This record gives sequence, structure tokens and C-alpha cells, in this order.
Amino acid sequence: MAPRWGLGALIVLSLAAAAVAGEIPRAERRSGYEFMSRETRAMQDDDTANPAMLWVLEGEALWKAKAGSAGRACTDCHGDARTTMKGVAARHPAFDPARGRPISLEQRISACRVDRQGGPPLAYESRELMALTAFVARQSRGLPVDPAMDARTQPFLDAGRATFHRRQGQLNLSCSQCHDDHWGRQLAGNVIPQAHPTGYPLYRLEWQGMGSLQRRLRNCLTGIRAEPYEYGAPELVDLELYLMSRAAGMKMDAPAVRP
Amino acid sequence: MAGALINVPERARRGEIVEIKTLISHPMETGYRRNQSGARVERDIVRLFVCTYNGAEVFRAELHPAIAANPFIVFSTIATESGTLSFQWTGDNGFSVTESAAITVD
Repeated sequence: MAPRWGLGALIVLSLAAAAVAGEIPRAERRSGYEFMSRETRAMQDDDTANPAMLWVLEGEALWKAKAGSAGRACTDCHGDARTTMKGVAARHPAFDPARGRPISLEQRISACRVDRQGGPPLAYESRELMALTAFVARQSRGLPVDPAMDARTQPFLDAGRATFHRRQGQLNLSCSQCHDDHWGRQLAGNVIPQAHPTGYPLYRLEWQGMGSLQRRLRNCLTGIRAEPYEYGAPELVDLELYLMSRAAGMKMDAPAVRP
Repeated sequence: MAGALINVPERARRGEIVEIKTLISHPMETGYRRNQSGARVERDIVRLFVCTYNGAEVFRAELHPAIAANPFIVFSTIATESGTLSFQWTGDNGFSVTESAAITVD
């Protein structure tokens, strides 16, 4: 009797272990770049072949252009982006005391446009916002992802982690089930990456354009037939924050190219 | 916006084959898609790309609706003399962009 009980307990234990397969060990973390074809990598590596650089160029022009009722350009406060914006994309979403919660890089840029320049907010995914974000993110290329973790961001990080592990949609899948448990395997014709947001905003060949991490997350949610959160929704920003913490220390390669 | 990225080697030896890379910002709307209300989205593509080297045409490409957004065109030419390479893209709705790059041939 005793041996049989032992076997049963062992099966229960091993099933439990499989159910909480959980987070990817640091040594096994891989950027989405490593799952790409040689051709797509070559496209990203060459700044004259990477279409995202068109947005960076435009962003650089916008950075210097005066805007809003204040008639001020980004550069009037921030100066040379090459030094002042270095590492900024690597530590967003960051806590915003005015709002009492973390905000994404896109939200930060749009808030700056409203609060400091006196202009209308930049629409999510608009060409102007993507260009400015790409230009700012470009200044963090090669730097390690470094989300600011403290007591203020902790509850939002926990909320993001909970969303990542919560099953949702008609397919009843959680993010974790694909990106923690089955990364490297095929989903139809595509390899499932580990969901490290090192390259955003990025040029996606499928989009034939530039998009934010939130756009990608909304795509994923539609894929599992869940109702996507609105752009700028707290759930998306919390998810961004959790993904950045999951990728802490990995190299930024923004603005990247992905299939 | 009408941004273009061009990569031409600054220097080359006479007779050397040089690779030229060009990337232009363009939506390349095919004209076959329909919007949410069912109306056809007007075609808006780059039709022609021409490269001249000190005034002489060295490369020409006709573009069609199946070409993806932001066309990336790579070609090669022989470095014959120092001078200017100029690039012109023309397309629907009066689209016209001209860029140039200098090359020094030793």
C-alpha cells in the first residue's frame, strides 16, 4: 500500500511542477532577434537597410522642430538626444508621480507634448509619435534593459505578472503558456519567441510599418481571441512593465526589425 | 514625409564594382484593398526609380503594386570617375523625390 501511495504522490508532484514551469532561467533568455532568419537579421543590422531608420530620421527632425503653443522644440529642454536620451527607452515604463502610476515611453512623449509644449496629444501609433519614439529608443541601442524597480512600481509589476499568467480569451490561453513554456517551438509557420521587448518600437514586416509594444500585445490578444485592451490601458502598461523586468539586463536593439 | 536612406561608398578605385543601397519611405498602397466601409483605397505607389551617374543613366527600375512598403533597392555600378550619383523616385499623386550622393574615384 505504501509504495503505491508514494508513486501517486510523485505523479501529483511532477504534474504540479509542470504546471508552474514558469519563468525562463536567465542563462536561457534569448532576444527575438535570435529567432529570426539570416536575411531579416541582416536587414536590422545595416542602418541603411533597416526601414525603421526612416522613422528615426523623421524623429530627429521632429526633435528639433518647434511645436505647440509654447513654441518649444524637444531639443530646447533636452538638448542633444544622443546624450540626454541615452538609456531612457531601457527604463520605461517608468513611474510618473503626476499620474501615480507607470507610463510607457509613448505616453511620456505625448505627455511632454501636452504639458511642456502646449500641443495636442500625439495619437497612439501615429507616424509622428512612432518617429519620436523610434528616435529616442535608438539612443538606447546596445544598453541593458534597466526597468526602475521600487516600492512605487511594485504593485503595477505584480499586476502585469498576474495578467501575463492569467488565461483569457476564447482559446483560454495565458501569455506564459506560449512564451514561458513553449518558446522555440512552432506556432503555424512562426517560431514562438520568449517575448522580450528589447527592440520596440520596431518595424514589423507583417505591418509594413512601425509599431509599439502595445500594438504587438493587442495583436497577441486578438490571436488568443481575447478582447484587446485599449491603447494606453493600465493593463497594457503593467504588462509592458512586467515584460521589461523579465528582460532586465538584456541588450536593447531598438528600433528592431521583426518578421 | 519623403525620407530616403542612401548608402554609396565614399571612395572607390577606378574600375571597381560598387554596391549602392537605397531605401525610400513610401506606403506602396496597392489599389486592391478596401477600407472598412468597402470603398476601394486608391492606388499610391512609386512607379519608377532612376539612378544617374554624372548625368548618364546607370540603373532604372519599374515598380508595381506587389512591391512592399518602403522599397529597398540595391544595385551595382562600375566606378568610372569622381562625381555625383543622383537618384530619383517618381510615382502616383505627383510623388517625386530626388537625392544625390558624391563618390570619389582614385
